[in-house]
Amino acid sequence: MSIWEYANPKKFIATTTPLVPWVMGISISCLVVGLVWGFFFTPDDFRQGSTVKIIYLHVPAALMAINAWFMMLIASLIWLVRRHHVSALAARAAAPIGMVMTVIALITGAIWGQPMWGTWWAWDPRLTSFLILFLFYLGYMALWEAIEDSDTAADLTSVLCLVGSVFAVLSRYAVQFWNQGLHQGTSVPVATGERSVSDVFFVPLLVCMVGFGLLFLALVLMRTATEVRARRIKALEARMR
Amino acid sequence: MIALLKRDLVLAVRAGGGFGLGLSFFLIVIVLVPFGVGPEAEILTRIAPGIVWVAALLAALLSLDRIFALDFEDGSLPLLATSPLPMEGVTLIKGIAHWITTGLPLTLVAPVLGFLLHLEPSAFGWLLASLALGTPALSMIGTFGAALTVGVRRGGLLMSLLVLPLYVPTLIFGAEAVARGAAGLDGLTPLLMVAVITLASFALLPFAASAALKINLR
Repeated sequence: MSIWEYANPKKFIATTTPLVPWVMGISISCLVVGLVWGFFFTPDDFRQGSTVKIIYLHVPAALMAINAWFMMLIASLIWLVRRHHVSALAARAAAPIGMVMTVIALITGAIWGQPMWGTWWAWDPRLTSFLILFLFYLGYMALWEAIEDSDTAADLTSVLCLVGSVFAVLSRYAVQFWNQGLHQGTSVPVATGERSVSDVFFVPLLVCMVGFGLLFLALVLMRTATEVRARRIKALEARMR
Repeated sequence: MIALLKRDLVLAVRAGGGFGLGLSFFLIVIVLVPFGVGPEAEILTRIAPGIVWVAALLAALLSLDRIFALDFEDGSLPLLATSPLPMEGVTLIKGIAHWITTGLPLTLVAPVLGFLLHLEPSAFGWLLASLALGTPALSMIGTFGAALTVGVRRGGLLMSLLVLPLYVPTLIFGAEAVARGAAGLDGLTPLLMVAVITLASFALLPFAASAALKINLR
């Protein structure tokens, strides 16, 4: 019993299809609980007022935007090393979701920034690196679309993903060097275990993060299965011709 | 390798369009900026470092699709691939040839254009140094982008989308070095960062570019 068994598309679909409704269900209930709890049953922050509540969308979306790229990186590596098609397709499936998460993070950030910082947009390191991340997603998806042969496309996008990851990290540090930011530091540093957010806000935030993570998982599984089926249809059509 | 370098340089000079075009484009962009923002010397002095760097970046971008596309069309790229020269060497030479035909002339004329934009006198040395150290990175990153998109018809626009985000760190550090020089500060730290990016991209990107080329030639 090894994890590579699921690299078989048939096995992958057979295993994940019954899982998807469950993951989706738990994700939606987490999101409903987390968002309703966060929006209606937490006190207003004494300085930020009710605008603080956008954190329940902003932080999980930003978290998933970065982790989606990370997942694509790992999937690309698996494709390059072990050449499992499901892996390449999973990377392809994750890209649009990651891009949407990036957009959500940028837009909710702008909506929060308008009353708090008095501006929709500032050339702050975190904001700028997210914009650059968005451009990376765009380029990655455009390369997938531009190349007709699917194996070539998978190879090239994987190489792009590897090189892009290095440059994404580099850009992150470059923009930090370039401009001092408005954006506050992380509220939930994992490494130190300390938090600048009180438990009243943190628990519903955690529920929302779990919800977003499971939502991402469910969407990726669904889209990967769709990609596998689309490729099967292509193969069948090619055989009929 | 030397023979390939010579061949690429001769082709670039004699085939026309490639060699002078990037340079003229650089000049045009610089000339257009005062029309756009107004001729006041203070504003131009303020934005000159960034403008020169962005213009150099765009000029380098303009000629990227010529790196592999011509060889791909006339079939000499598969020949190069089957030659005893390793593919990594080919991509490295292509990057160097691109730098000699675009990056080097850009660097040499940049001080003249700095005068046009009323660049601070203290910044000229930093401008030369940062362009001399930074444009090789632009060429090598661009070679990688060109290798990725060589099989795509009309891939120029796609390549810009792929390559420009990769240019961000180089641009930031390069322009920062000049801006610090213009403000009378020490621009050594960003300058060293530019050198780091250049050296790292010459050490690593030929491998990525040759991997992409091999995939495209399969």
